[in-house]
Amino acid sequence: MKFSILVNEGPYTHQASDTAYQFTKAVLAKGHEVFRVFFYHDGVNNATRLTTPPQDDRNIVNRWSKLAEEHNLDMVVCVAAAQRRGIVDEGEMKRNGKDATNLAAGFRISGLGQLVEAGIQSDRLVVFGD
Amino acid sequence: MTTKQFMFVNRKAPYGTIYAWESLEVVLIAAAFEQDVSMAFLDDGVFQLKKGHQTKGIEVKAFEKTFGALEDYDVTKIYVDQESLTERGLTTDDLALPVEVFSRAELGKLMEAQDVVLSF
Repeated sequence: MKFSILVNEGPYTHQASDTAYQFTKAVLAKGHEVFRVFFYHDGVNNATRLTTPPQDDRNIVNRWSKLAEEHNLDMVVCVAAAQRRGIVDEGEMKRNGKDATNLAAGFRISGLGQLVEAGIQSDRLVVFGD
Repeated sequence: MTTKQFMFVNRKAPYGTIYAWESLEVVLIAAAFEQDVSMAFLDDGVFQLKKGHQTKGIEVKAFEKTFGALEDYDVTKIYVDQESLTERGLTTDDLALPVEVFSRAELGKLMEAQDVVLSF
């Protein structure tokens, strides 16, 4: 089956991102396809490579990046939500005159159309959040 | 392009969190993709439809006007949960848009018929 995942909450405050990660891993382990993981609302905060959690805690951002690398996942961060919350890649930095980037490996910034497309292309779009 | 039935379930008050506004942004994009879009309002989400948002005092942009634009995007399936209205002392006269009111059970059936349900 073809799945897409929507993550609507940021890391650490809310368990949604953890559960989404574990679900995505389980889906892949069962041999299903993951068409896209889309990050929206505060979910975009899962894509900052500047997080430094305590060493005995899970690193939610790195964990997503690693999963993306292992499975060639398409992880997309909503551009409008990212702009509001200061998630920046090279292109956004230049476009908006910022002095830094913070997008973690494996993520890309794109539009909400990518979420709608994920809904159209996938057999299941599974939403994680409140 | 494949057309699917997308239902956007709105359960939160219009201000206080950004969910309602960011939900509306996806609705407009889904409509632009010519999908079969409906919106369901339940729990505190029914307050999103209430007439006369006045947000000056909280310095947040009021998005009541954007609801008015839904029709231009052919989004006309606006469903409201009767129990949620009643629990909050509201009737359809309090709402800014023409809506279809369903019981909670009927709304559940409508959800079941969807291809994609996005809950915000």
